[in-house]
Amino acid sequence: MCANWGNKLQPFVVLEDIAAPLDQSNVDTDQILPARFMRRPRKGGYQDFLFRDLRFNEDGSEKPDFVLNQEPFRKARILVAERNFGGGSSRENAPWSLSDFGIRCVIAADFGDIFYTNSMKCGLLPVQLDIGLCNKLREQLHARPGMRLRIDLPQQTVTGPDTATYRFTIDPFRKRCLIDGLDDIGLTLSYDAEITAFELSYRHRFDWLFDSPR
Amino acid sequence: MGKTLYEKVWDSHAILQREDGQTLIHVARHIAHDGSCHAFEFLQDRGLPVRRPDQVFATPDHGVPSTSHKIAAISDPEQRRSVELLLQNTKKFGIVHFALDDPRQGIVHVVGPEQGITQPGMVLVCGDSHTSTHGALGALAFGLGASDILHVLATQTIWQRRAKSMRITVEGKLPLGVTAKDVILTIIANIGANGASGHVIEFAGSTIRSMSIEERLTVCNMAIEAGARAGMVAPDDTTYAYLAGRPFAPKGAQWDKALAYWRTLPSDEDAIFDKEITLDASALAPMVTWGNSPEDARPVDGRVPDPATETNPERRAYMLRTLDYMGITPGMALTDIKVDQVFIGSCANARIEDLRAASRIIKGRHAVVPALVVPGSTQVKLAAEAEGLDRIFREAGFIWGESGCSMCVGMNGDLVGSGKRCASTSNRNFVGRQGRGSRTHLLSPEMAAAAALTGHITDVRKLGK
Repeated sequence: MCANWGNKLQPFVVLEDIAAPLDQSNVDTDQILPARFMRRPRKGGYQDFLFRDLRFNEDGSEKPDFVLNQEPFRKARILVAERNFGGGSSRENAPWSLSDFGIRCVIAADFGDIFYTNSMKCGLLPVQLDIGLCNKLREQLHARPGMRLRIDLPQQTVTGPDTATYRFTIDPFRKRCLIDGLDDIGLTLSYDAEITAFELSYRHRFDWLFDSPR
Repeated sequence: MGKTLYEKVWDSHAILQREDGQTLIHVARHIAHDGSCHAFEFLQDRGLPVRRPDQVFATPDHGVPSTSHKIAAISDPEQRRSVELLLQNTKKFGIVHFALDDPRQGIVHVVGPEQGITQPGMVLVCGDSHTSTHGALGALAFGLGASDILHVLATQTIWQRRAKSMRITVEGKLPLGVTAKDVILTIIANIGANGASGHVIEFAGSTIRSMSIEERLTVCNMAIEAGARAGMVAPDDTTYAYLAGRPFAPKGAQWDKALAYWRTLPSDEDAIFDKEITLDASALAPMVTWGNSPEDARPVDGRVPDPATETNPERRAYMLRTLDYMGITPGMALTDIKVDQVFIGSCANARIEDLRAASRIIKGRHAVVPALVVPGSTQVKLAAEAEGLDRIFREAGFIWGESGCSMCVGMNGDLVGSGKRCASTSNRNFVGRQGRGSRTHLLSPEMAAAAALTGHITDVRKLGK
């Protein structure tokens, strides 16, 4: 579970675990976490709301054809998707629900910009790989369910079931935060002198922003 | 080399840049809403204060019912709690709050520009993806998740890397019946739902220049639906005329100083964009979406696409799944799609010009399916009522609601039932967006009004008088 109310995240270094194939493009944040659950308290956990309408019927029973309802994918900690995963809303509840379910890494061809940023804020690693590789990995996972993928963040590599290894890129700052399990507020507060000096000059340059009515 | 509008705003807000390229950006203004409850909770759990309460502005919108603006009338306890928490948190930290009973309440992205809180050349953030809307005034505005909102509350800054720049130039005169909504839906259909990923879009060209601010707000609102970090339009005389006299806009000598700054903002002639796209406005038609992504937009006189002719296997699989969910058949005319209800509202299309445009279509006629119109703010509602628009809508059989996000977001009681189909002026047609099993077709206010009159998707250009 990601722990946004403290300032420690579960560090992400190397993960070798079961991966589930999600054969859908445009899995938007509304599908990951429907809006009706967005006001649930963070501390209660979001795992039950993940992919709610894809995983469950309206009466709460499971949809047997959804991949995360099938063995061995119920225990998957890695998700391999298609194109445009996490497009749409800024709800951080979407990565919370993945993370609380136990997913620590999502591999896709591309991600929604805000989802991508939000994920790393709660210890979930988004890995961008070429669509051809995403398709290949999903085919391999379908062929041999339960196969593990190895995600090595320091080396920035994904190793497939056939031991083929693929490199991915990640922002060095975000990589450091993930490996150390740190969020950025502590770091930012260490720049307090620079922020304060900037604010003073900003107030002078843009004084009209500070004298508006209340 | 010259600078783009985006680069100018970025540079004037950059506090420092680390060797790894991450830049600490000063946030000029932050708009909060009922969904900000998580970030406020994290802040208080850490015992941190709000660094710049004077630059935070708040109003409840997402969980607000359109039937009543009394907190006690919010039947969902989670939504009621979030609206109450906004009231408590803004009071505790000394933040300006346009509460449910305040005449300045509304959807954050309608209220910011309307009150003059949003101004050219500022970095503005909000915990909502449609914050891109504010770029219509020349602000650099983007949505953030709860952890980043916590960061802004605590430090009034955000870490970012500079995005790439994309200029979309729209030239020419829009044909009759074609609106700002059709321009942005066409752009998204052309470049894809993540086609602007990693970019900030600047919308330019004679078509954009001749648009009102409200039309530009509609265009920038959906920049996020093309995957962009933000959408922007360079400020011009239209912008300054719009801002002059608004409650939070500068006055007197400060107006002159602000105006001098704003006039420096437009992209320099020799500025280079990472990507350039052009669009001929005169060739556009009213658009409607058939699928579950805003990129699934087509001219209304077209047909539902046929997966059999799609060569890309992933795209074909997407189309098959989507047509099944949407309950429509390949090759059918879009205008043969029957709708169960109509929604006019949301931060995409609920400003006074949108309501005027829809009312012109329905005046003296009657909706044949249930139709809901929800003004984007209480100010818009009051202005519409002063013009008698509410009467036109009511006489046509529309329900006239209290302002808020309403049926766009499926979390305040305004829902589209499972398997039901809604012609909607909102910005997302995702699976289940308007309620579990809901089927959404995105279109302009004029097209939504036309669909309400006929009960099916209708080409507003062919709607007889």
